[in-house]
Amino acid sequence: MSRFIVRRFLSVIPTLFIIVTLSFFLIRLAPGGPFSGEKKLPPEIMANIMRKYHMDEPLVKQYFRYMGDVLQFDLGPSYRYKDQTVNDLIGNAFPVSVMLGTMALGTALLLGTIVGITSALKQNKWQDYAAMSVAVLGISVPAFVVGPILMLIFALKLKWLPTSGWLSSRAGALTLIMPIITLMMPYFAYIARMSRGSLIEVMRSDYVRTARAKGLKESVVIRKHVLKGAMLPIVTYLGPAFSGIITGSVVVEQIFVIPGIGRIFVQSALNRDYTVIMGDVIVYSIILIAANFVVDILYGLLDPRISYK
Amino acid sequence: MKRVLSGLLLIVMAATLIVSCGGKGPAKGVEFVMNNGAEPQTLDPSKIQGVPEHKIYMALFEGLVGYDPKTSLATPGVAESWTVSPDGTQVTFKLRKTTWSDGTKITAQTVVDSWLRTLDPATASEYAYMAGMVVKGANEFNAGEAGKEAVQIRALDDYTFQVDLLGPMPYAVDMMAHYTFAILPMHVINAKGEDWIKVENIVGNGPFKLAEWKPQESLTVVPNDKYWDAKTVKLSKITFLPIDDNLTAYNKFKAGEVDWAHGIPLSLVDEIKLRPDYQVAPQVATYYYLFNVTRKPFDDVRVRKALTMALDMQELVDKVTKGGQLATSSMVPAMEGYTPAKGPTFNVEEARKLLAEAGFPDGKGFPKTPILYNTSDGHKIIAEWVQESWKKNLGIEVTLLNKEWKTFLDTRSNAHDFDIARAGWVGDYLDPNTFLDMFIIGSGNNDGLYANPEYDALVKKAGTMKAGPERMATLQAAEALLIAKDQAVIPFYHYVEQDLIDTTKWDGWYANPLGVHDWKYIGPKK
Repeated sequence: MSRFIVRRFLSVIPTLFIIVTLSFFLIRLAPGGPFSGEKKLPPEIMANIMRKYHMDEPLVKQYFRYMGDVLQFDLGPSYRYKDQTVNDLIGNAFPVSVMLGTMALGTALLLGTIVGITSALKQNKWQDYAAMSVAVLGISVPAFVVGPILMLIFALKLKWLPTSGWLSSRAGALTLIMPIITLMMPYFAYIARMSRGSLIEVMRSDYVRTARAKGLKESVVIRKHVLKGAMLPIVTYLGPAFSGIITGSVVVEQIFVIPGIGRIFVQSALNRDYTVIMGDVIVYSIILIAANFVVDILYGLLDPRISYK
Repeated sequence: MKRVLSGLLLIVMAATLIVSCGGKGPAKGVEFVMNNGAEPQTLDPSKIQGVPEHKIYMALFEGLVGYDPKTSLATPGVAESWTVSPDGTQVTFKLRKTTWSDGTKITAQTVVDSWLRTLDPATASEYAYMAGMVVKGANEFNAGEAGKEAVQIRALDDYTFQVDLLGPMPYAVDMMAHYTFAILPMHVINAKGEDWIKVENIVGNGPFKLAEWKPQESLTVVPNDKYWDAKTVKLSKITFLPIDDNLTAYNKFKAGEVDWAHGIPLSLVDEIKLRPDYQVAPQVATYYYLFNVTRKPFDDVRVRKALTMALDMQELVDKVTKGGQLATSSMVPAMEGYTPAKGPTFNVEEARKLLAEAGFPDGKGFPKTPILYNTSDGHKIIAEWVQESWKKNLGIEVTLLNKEWKTFLDTRSNAHDFDIARAGWVGDYLDPNTFLDMFIIGSGNNDGLYANPEYDALVKKAGTMKAGPERMATLQAAEALLIAKDQAVIPFYHYVEQDLIDTTKWDGWYANPLGVHDWKYIGPKK
């Protein structure tokens, strides 16, 4: 097991290296640059800027300079937000996205499993149909529809919640409610459907039949035998779901004006803020790789049939 | 399983705890929240460019002169008065005795050092060219061709500052309200370097000082009690929000979370223009299409005129843009002392005749030309209207080609790879020159490659003339060449500033030509 972990961990390094190298050159292929605008800068001014950011050097030299900095955990200056480094920008934004993502995923997991279990136990009854209809809605209606509808109802019509903003705004923590609901919807729906399906499957399995045959009470069968087996797919889903919810919060962050990493990512791409794009790519890559890594290990711990030799 | 469940419970409990903590209570005094439209790129006046940064600059700093809240012309700032030499090429400013927010004195030498910092090539200021347009020796220093002593600015004594201009430039003093001419806290910059702009270090000389800056979330300023005119300041706090989506900002405005929203969502213009708190003011800015005059058939002035005359700009502003924009046939908006030249107006018959003369009777044989514009709903509906009008009035087919902003700029301005492209130009100062000097041969902003030596001669001549009707007539003659004779561009309309602010509730906010609003005058209506 520990050898597997070490091996997996080492394989992360070349993966990251390739991602960073490819991104570095690819983003520079996009037309335009960080300093182009409606009013074109005079050549002398442009020369001053290029010199300041070492952009007058050959690209390969810039690449080695950048890689050298990255190895020292310095992601460089932002070309657009001149008072801030990429480390500052990501350092401010990343915790916001993680907080939002964790709360949304936590809520989705709790509600999703409750709804899923209820549906499975009341299979083909009205509770089941109702819950699964909500789940289908949750999966099929995208965030850019859910968000504005919530905003229209709860902020503009009922005036219960602030339209947008984050913790430091006047409304404080009330700003969290709509983004969490919007962001969790597809995950909640997916978890509900998955736990229902998995529960039904497990309930029909041989060992559950054996448990019932032993004369155990139904509640004990469900708690001790069914749930444990049925939760396995959900736990393994949490890894990709976590990375998905962090990297996929872009739309929700835009709608509700949340200062998270998704907003920065979109803006940096539009602004050709090369260093910020690179920083985001690195952070996103690490999240994705780490999430898969954790899932692989969890698999081994939860499912005795899987071993790492 | 138990562990998973208890972990879950913890998360939910934590979330509930955070939610139940509630918001902060309002502070005392009159607070004001504005949506600034974007996160400021920087607070360093030497490096800023753009409207959101300017709005914050106006709170934190003040130059030699400020902007009049109604006319946008220069008003006394750090300079209490100024005199212009008889030949118009030298300005002497008399400074008032005032200090930075930390109590350090502001002297004429501070002004000299500040301007030199902005012009220093190592600072890499994007707007340094603006100082280069008026201050003698500024360009040479900024381009690295000369030392700082080449810049003709000087402190005659502690409170007298003098600048030599490149010529008798009547707009020079008005221009000096711009942040390129900011006065900087050199004592802090010298001590802290690039970090001088951090919240814990920054000092300013504006009506407000920085209290808090949460990047991408909000920026807050509170009154600066060291400001020389502190008694005029009425607000106790201003919060700037960086919301870039006008619809979100509008929703916040409607919900009462924002007091002033700059810009409106175009899709709701019909609803918004009926609101009493919708403010429209003519802006010194023009929306236009430009021809690549080196490409066939647009190298033929008859084709350019025909296309222009087949567009009814009044219809455009009444039925398409609908926000109160001003239809025009001129490149330069009307300004004090300047009557814009008139280009040809809507005339389908004449347009058809010209097109036939150019070899395309009833539009036959006219190449299928793409209209290049940057991706945006607003530009799209205008391009569609143009497409429809040309088809209806001239019988020609054009296609629409939209590109993402930076790609669009690269295509239009660097590669000049277009036949017809959309453009917009916002004046940097109140003088026709800001709209005309970009069309001279070799100008970096002459994207359509217009080339008429006669035009260049007129614009350059006006640059050496003293203020007055003669100079304005010269500029008008140049504009006439550009639009009436050569039709290098098709002017559509002059932009309007579109703001949402309830002026029955707020005082001291006036719609004005440059869209600059001095914060010290804004306050609750009594």
